[in-house]
Amino acid sequence: MSRQFTLAVALALAGSVVQAEVVAPQEVAYGEYRAIETSLSGAPGDPEAGAEVMTTRGLGNCVACHAVGALDEVPFHGEVGPPLDGVADRWTEPDLRGIVANAKMTFPGSIMPAFYKTTGFIRPGDGFTGKAAEEPLEPLLTAQQIEDVVAYLMTLRDE
Amino acid sequence: GSAALAPVATAQEANLVINDEIEIVTKAPAPEHMDYVREIFSGWEYRSRETQDLQMDDFENPGMIGVDNARADFDTALGDGEESCASCHESPEALEGVRAVYPKWDEAKGEVQTLEMQVNECVTERAGAEPWDYTGQRMTEMVALISSVSRGMPVDVAIDGPAEETWEQGKEIYYTRYGQLELACANCHEDNYDNMIRADHLSQGQINGFPTYRLKNGKLNTVHDRFKGCVRDTRAETFSPGSPEFVALELYVASRGNGLSVEGPSVRN
Ligand code: HEC
Ligand code: HEC
Ligand code: HEC
Repeated sequence: MSRQFTLAVALALAGSVVQAEVVAPQEVAYGEYRAIETSLSGAPGDPEAGAEVMTTRGLGNCVACHAVGALDEVPFHGEVGPPLDGVADRWTEPDLRGIVANAKMTFPGSIMPAFYKTTGFIRPGDGFTGKAAEEPLEPLLTAQQIEDVVAYLMTLRDE
Repeated sequence: GSAALAPVATAQEANLVINDEIEIVTKAPAPEHMDYVREIFSGWEYRSRETQDLQMDDFENPGMIGVDNARADFDTALGDGEESCASCHESPEALEGVRAVYPKWDEAKGEVQTLEMQVNECVTERAGAEPWDYTGQRMTEMVALISSVSRGMPVDVAIDGPAEETWEQGKEIYYTRYGQLELACANCHEDNYDNMIRADHLSQGQINGFPTYRLKNGKLNTVHDRFKGCVRDTRAETFSPGSPEFVALELYVASRGNGLSVEGPSVRN
């Protein structure tokens, strides 16, 4: 991760100041198998916040395409992608980080959107307004939200 | 994603007959130009039983109110002049068959024209009145009327000859992955029809049923407004209704429905 740049983000957390190293979308190093080894935010993820991101329309909205048994209190899970039950048995944490950040690396041509990507779009829009937007865009999810989602996915085990 | 190889369960038994009289073909063999789809389905096939039923009887179909409005408008003088549509076209029924072949190459203009463009040509150049708003209520109701008199006839737009270049352009747009979500029409309506995307049952995105009366917004909706909504939902900069891009896309999408019946005004959710 030599090209990783560090950003000192001062977070007021419970009265104390925490330093976190955020990897910007353009600087992410995908490994040989498209995995991302370390946290994009420099901090661990919160699985509960991750579940929220996955079920919220304006955020990950992952359940639009994927069914997740453990989230069945949320209505209407889609069937465009495979169910995510037991996904942590199939993939490692770095694999999952790579898939959520940019699934097109792992699955070329995938319909799954890249959640941590800011450039290289055709007619990028300003959110859902239908109006044009200048690149780089804000990524669909922040580094911390990616970590939260990955932390949640790591709880999805069959065994 | 799992491409929909099996038709919807309801596709086998359901049959759309309007007013016990007009038989609507809602599934048909795919036209030859389609490489990845074997069978085509009207969006009607993917709607709930209750929504489907609304389209079986013109007294239940809320879109028919717009058709009635347009019938009155057909005889109403355009602009300040004396002329109405009826001055030149005896009755709406005289335009039977027109919907089925539009968008269509216009020799005089040297371009592919949608029905809306053709109506506006009559309004402005023939009757000397101000153009109607492309997706406005007056235009949409008139298009609904012109569709209604062709219901049951097979969609049959020409894609060869002078229209071919526009058709190719539309095809390219159909397969381009727009916006921050990088989604093409084909990702949802070719690769994933019959799958649920959150609460929505994806159809093939056919336009044989337009204008559609949508229960969601309680009005007749135009083809280009629907395109606009779908492109916007990819977090992309949309094209405008009436733009050359949407005209080309309309020709292409219409051609993917060649063989289905004209069904507009249809009812959708
Ligand atoms: C528009 C559809 C779509 C959305 C939205 C989507 N995915 Fe996916 N996802 C897919 C598809 C399709 C695949 C299967 C890979 C392929 O064939 O492209 C996939 C694969 C995956 C996999 C690998 C699954 C396995 O068992 O191999 C994971 C993990 C995953 N997605 C997580 C997510 C998360 C987390 C989100 C939201 C932050 C998300 N997806 C949003 C469509 C989607
Ligand atoms: C002053 C005469 C005139 C008026 C008024 C007029 N039209 Fe036309 N219309 C024509 C002529 C001429 C054509 C081209 C010849 C043809 O295709 O029948 C045409 C063609 C059309 C077509 C295409 C027919 C086809 O087969 O491609 C439609 C649809 C149409 N008119 C609808 C309307 C509507 C709706 C109105 C009123 C809002 C209207 N017209 C008013 C003269 C008129
Ligand atoms: C993210 C998925 C997605 C994409 C991409 C998408 N659509 Fe749609 N579209 C939908 C959904 C959901 C509906 C409503 C359910 C249905 O009829 O499929 C819909 C409905 C439609 C309808 C109405 C069908 C009917 O019977 O009333 C048309 C037409 C349509 N889309 C065309 C397009 C075109 C053309 C494109 C590309 C410019 C496109 N869509 C891109 C999701 C999408």
